[in-house]
Amino acid sequence: MAKEKGNSKVTIYPDWCKGCGICVAFCPAKVIELDGQGKARVVREEDCIHCGFCELHCPDFAIVVTEIERCPK
Amino acid sequence: MSEVIGNHIIHKYLRHNKKFPHVLCPGCGHGIALGALIRSVHCLGLEKDDVVIVAGIGCSGRLAVYVDFNTVHTTHGRALTFATGIKMAKPHLKVICLMGDGDALSIGGNHLIHAARRNIGITALVLNNNIYGMTGGQCSPTTPHGSFSMTSPYGQLEKGFDVAELARAAGANFVARGTSFHAQQLDKLLIQALQHPGFSMVEVVSPCHTQYGRKNKFKGAVDMYKWLKKSATPVERYAELDETGQKDRFPIGVFVDNDAPGLEEQYYALKEKMRGRKS
Amino acid sequence: MAAGRKKKRKELFALGNEAVVEGALLAGCSFYGGYPITPSSEIMEVMAQRLPKNDNGVFLQMEDEIASMGAVIGASLAGCKAMTATSGPGFSLMQEHLGYACMVEAPLVLVNVMRGGPSTGLPTSPAQGDVQQARWGTHGDHSMIVLSASNVQECLEMTITAFNMAEKYRTPVVLLLDEITAHTREKITIPREDEYEVFNRVVPTMPPEWYKPFEETVRGVPPMPPIGSGYRFHVTGLTHDPNGFPTSRPEEVADLMERMFRKIDQFLPQVSLYEEYLCADADVCVVAYGSVARSAEYAVEQARERGVKAGLLKLKTLFPYPRAATEKVMGHARALVVPEMNMGQISREVKRVNNGRATVRALNRVDGQIITPSEILKAIMQV
Repeated sequence: MAKEKGNSKVTIYPDWCKGCGICVAFCPAKVIELDGQGKARVVREEDCIHCGFCELHCPDFAIVVTEIERCPK
Repeated sequence: MSEVIGNHIIHKYLRHNKKFPHVLCPGCGHGIALGALIRSVHCLGLEKDDVVIVAGIGCSGRLAVYVDFNTVHTTHGRALTFATGIKMAKPHLKVICLMGDGDALSIGGNHLIHAARRNIGITALVLNNNIYGMTGGQCSPTTPHGSFSMTSPYGQLEKGFDVAELARAAGANFVARGTSFHAQQLDKLLIQALQHPGFSMVEVVSPCHTQYGRKNKFKGAVDMYKWLKKSATPVERYAELDETGQKDRFPIGVFVDNDAPGLEEQYYALKEKMRGRKS
Repeated sequence: MAAGRKKKRKELFALGNEAVVEGALLAGCSFYGGYPITPSSEIMEVMAQRLPKNDNGVFLQMEDEIASMGAVIGASLAGCKAMTATSGPGFSLMQEHLGYACMVEAPLVLVNVMRGGPSTGLPTSPAQGDVQQARWGTHGDHSMIVLSASNVQECLEMTITAFNMAEKYRTPVVLLLDEITAHTREKITIPREDEYEVFNRVVPTMPPEWYKPFEETVRGVPPMPPIGSGYRFHVTGLTHDPNGFPTSRPEEVADLMERMFRKIDQFLPQVSLYEEYLCADADVCVVAYGSVARSAEYAVEQARERGVKAGLLKLKTLFPYPRAATEKVMGHARALVVPEMNMGQISREVKRVNNGRATVRALNRVDGQIITPSEILKAIMQV
């Protein structure tokens, strides 16, 4: 499941985030941090290996991880 | 396989006229369990119209209103009785019960064992957070011995139920346990459960930091997930451990996997047979 | 069938409990969920034989009365005409889900064959002690239709009526029998198809996205689709808005509560069923229901023979209480006698609607014995 770094886009919906910190604590690549308001924020998207953990374990369905779409070469 | 069915899929199953985020506390495992359920329904290609979610009362009961299936929020502990009526009347529907530990095992304990015994074709999810969350943190029938709650302020003296063992003893066709931390495994367990004939039960150990964790030395919700990561052990490996190894751990995985026909199957077969005799 | 020749009516020698089953099946009952209890068990036993033979009939014995009502409501939501039957102790357990059925407006029929109480009481003796419990037994303010039957033929007819009212008004209907009526065996006539009416549930016909499950309508009764028919919605015992979602906004709460009362109250004349016997010129009128009404009928005839202008108002609907019918007889009768196998549960309703002109005399018996015609006659002669 894990893919190459730099191919993933992590979207967080702050309106839905309750700041529980599960995504922050368990992200293997430390992509997400809690911001000053206690909400999850993407800080190192380029390191994301698209393991899907944050998306599967967000109790509030507030994270979506997708592949970055590139124009076909 | 192994493509992540992400939240963009889940969003399609949520009710767009409901307010999100949902009412549950930050870090509540129930949301993760609901996600797993939605993914399983999606993976099996079930139609929304053919899925019925029957929920009891409590935090788990609050989940039903958020999903765009046929949803019935029933009374405390009785979800299985309503589900039984629905399944017998409309056997083609996929009937799923969402219950909590107090719901399914205390006030609804009788209904749980009888649903298992009569092997009615329902999939029951018992979201076990070891506490009565919505009413403010009173001990439940799965609150572990020695732990603290509003109604066991000096430590719980009673033993907690082993939900999986109870369902096995009562005759459930399929019994499994997962956790909110092991979401991908939970998907697989739920897919198996939903495909099984007869009564299938999946216990989901789902942390409640607000009402249980705080009183039992968990600093935050994340600590409870770390505890799950550490103590939940695949059932095969758990069986190989000695007593000291098993201490502070609990098994997860599939415990019972039988294929006996469900009650509704038997009933409609009987009707068919009687009709044949009549003509 | 040959033109112009009507099919002969079928006749049966049946128990009251068996007649309930006949009525239920004529009305289209397709689901029975129950738990055995004396003196109602024959209803369940006959259902167990009959329903599996029906095209879409489902019979289920549940683990207790709470579960029975749960299953019945589940089946009702799934589109079945559903019923259960019980007696006092089981009726107490069913109160929880009777309230749920009121709240989610699930049509169902609950037959309670009254035996002596409280608690386990007198399992095989008649009583009428559950009358006010039928009306008010479940918590929270609610409307309730409560019917009764006084003989075996009426058991059949009132069961059909109970189903029709349940489906028409989207509400649970309680049919109260007593042990005597339930266990009397007498000849009954099964009506021909054109001799009774069957009301089927109104279902929505609009595109599903426009459907609001608890929306106000002209009759106050929203159409109700069976689960799995493409109309996906939320059903909850919590106070809910027209979409079925929980709400605590005062105006939405008030709308729901008022509609649930109004949907029955505005049809009072249709819901209030009773029979008048020799009432037109009566000086003394007996108000009775259930098996007691049979004793009363005989007592009224005896009184007439002795020169007292007596009449009988036989109540078939107990709640909403048939106020207009009672007021009508009070217009000319100077005294009302209300015999009951309880300490006065309907007589208090009669007293409540009495404007003070008539004397209301309660005749009560709670020893597990029937009220005899001579007792009623004595009361008539005394007042």
